Amino acid sequence: MALTREQVEHVARLARLGLTEEEKEAFTVQLSRILDHVNRLEELDTRNVPPTYHVVALQNVLREDEPHQSLDRDKVMSQAPAAEAGYFKVPKITEG
Amino acid sequence: MAGAAHLLSATRLNRLFNAGELSAVEIVEAFLNRIQKVDPKINAFITVAGEQALARAKKLDARRKGGAGELGSLAGVPIAVKDNICTDGIRTTCASRMLEEYIPPYDATVVERLQAAGAIIIGKTNMDEFAMGSSGEHSAMQPTRNPWNLEKIPGGSSSGSAAAVAAAEAPAALGSDTGGSIRQPAAMCGVVGLKPTYGLVSRHGVVAFASSLDQVGPLARNVEDCARVFEVIAGPDRRDATNAGRYPQPVKLGGEPSLKGVRLGVPREYFGSGIDPEVKACLEEAIAHLEELGASVEECSLPHTEYALSAFYIIAPAEASANLARFDGVRYGYRTPQAGTLNEMYEKTRQEGFGAEVKRRIMIGTYALSSGYYDAYYKKAQQVRTLVVRDFATAFAKYDALVTPTSPVPAWNLGEKMDDPLQMYLADVCTIPVNLAGLPAVSVPCGMAGGMPVGMQLIGKQFDDPKLLQYAWAFEKTTSYHEARPALDQGGQ
Repeated sequence: MALTREQVEHVARLARLGLTEEEKEAFTVQLSRILDHVNRLEELDTRNVPPTYHVVALQNVLREDEPHQSLDRDKVMSQAPAAEAGYFKVPKITEG
Repeated sequence: MAGAAHLLSATRLNRLFNAGELSAVEIVEAFLNRIQKVDPKINAFITVAGEQALARAKKLDARRKGGAGELGSLAGVPIAVKDNICTDGIRTTCASRMLEEYIPPYDATVVERLQAAGAIIIGKTNMDEFAMGSSGEHSAMQPTRNPWNLEKIPGGSSSGSAAAVAAAEAPAALGSDTGGSIRQPAAMCGVVGLKPTYGLVSRHGVVAFASSLDQVGPLARNVEDCARVFEVIAGPDRRDATNAGRYPQPVKLGGEPSLKGVRLGVPREYFGSGIDPEVKACLEEAIAHLEELGASVEECSLPHTEYALSAFYIIAPAEASANLARFDGVRYGYRTPQAGTLNEMYEKTRQEGFGAEVKRRIMIGTYALSSGYYDAYYKKAQQVRTLVVRDFATAFAKYDALVTPTSPVPAWNLGEKMDDPLQMYLADVCTIPVNLAGLPAVSVPCGMAGGMPVGMQLIGKQFDDPKLLQYAWAFEKTTSYHEARPALDQGGQ
């Protein structure tokens, strides 16, 4: 199944992933080949087969609502690309 | 003895440390010397934590001299840790530009457990970026080279962990395995690697790739060491919601090596057309040896094997595309210097921070989860996963374990498959089904093909990890494959 360049650009936008012109070109070909391979799954009849999202029986993990030590804020904030007064700093997000 | 300490096993080092015959400082210095000597050729480490390791060794020596009693089953043993496992105060890069400067503010549970058992973190090992790859070449740093032949890949994605253990730069290491990333490099570097049952080892503090498949496990030069590390890291952890909440049964090794009464299945799909003839010959010989040890061996079938790879390359990228959304340049890691708007910041940060393979997988995963394609790809893949799980359940009704090659081919040349992502993916065909079903599997050395090591994979039922290690131990005790060392070791180095 061939992906178009427009589809590649659309998916990249969904993923918030900037791509160069060369990457767009290469991915259009490579992703089409990978999808061709995985399309073999269509050969299998799975009409009455339930999906396995996880191999362990998942359940909510509950605990008593008691305060406990969390990570040190200064230590955590020291890893931020930009911070001010204990907040993460990002480019302006409102218009005007 | 201190000068050659790097050649000793983890079990031996622990005994000598406890007996006061080798100090932890002597042990750490021996390994740091070894790393300094051979790692410029091999490039197994991204960060060598020499200062921290020596500081910790001094503390351990003081505690031992002070008569602190039992110091733990890994006391005095240096361990190398894959660089996607968080270490408090030691850089953890995932071999990515995105995390090149990242210093975690906490330890992963497995690191806490290692340290509580007296182990010393000697450094952080190279890998395919974010654990995505089968050759180590997707590291944003220099690729790791195979100690058996520096022109060959070490396998991946736990490339540095396998190479470090093979080159005696550490007696044991931690890796992570999402589709074969412990077992395949272990096989290609001639060491033992265990991918534990899903959920038996905590994933807390391990940078997530595909959360329903990821599992941390040990690599070592023999089964006993592998078991020793496994018993330390496995167990309940409330900080991992998918943790099995239990300890494994104790691993009982020793006595007469025998496989009497053990029923082994050999799935024919794993010996198909893609297998290297020399690898096949090694496996045939290994299987004959398992029979000599008393096991009953029978051919069997896992009919959906050929579809497992396709299902994996939907499921793993889908989970990865969601997990890697956190790398947005806001809270930690890389941020582009040239951001106008918030959206531009996200897009450029991720464009500049991620390498080609990571981008490819984010793209496949996002596509498979996007509106209109979810049922055709993601849901379909999870249904096929059910068929793979059922294949194994049918086989395990008859057999205690399954025997397969770990990789259909030995290590290939650096650069050989870099232009063809699909060819690279196909190399994982023997290891991927195990992750889809959450099963334990161990790879042990079983010969050589074209001068490169070959691994035999034993696959077991969920929570049968200790049994698999017993079978692997019986095989190892009665063969000498694991004693072969790369030429790097010759001349008493």
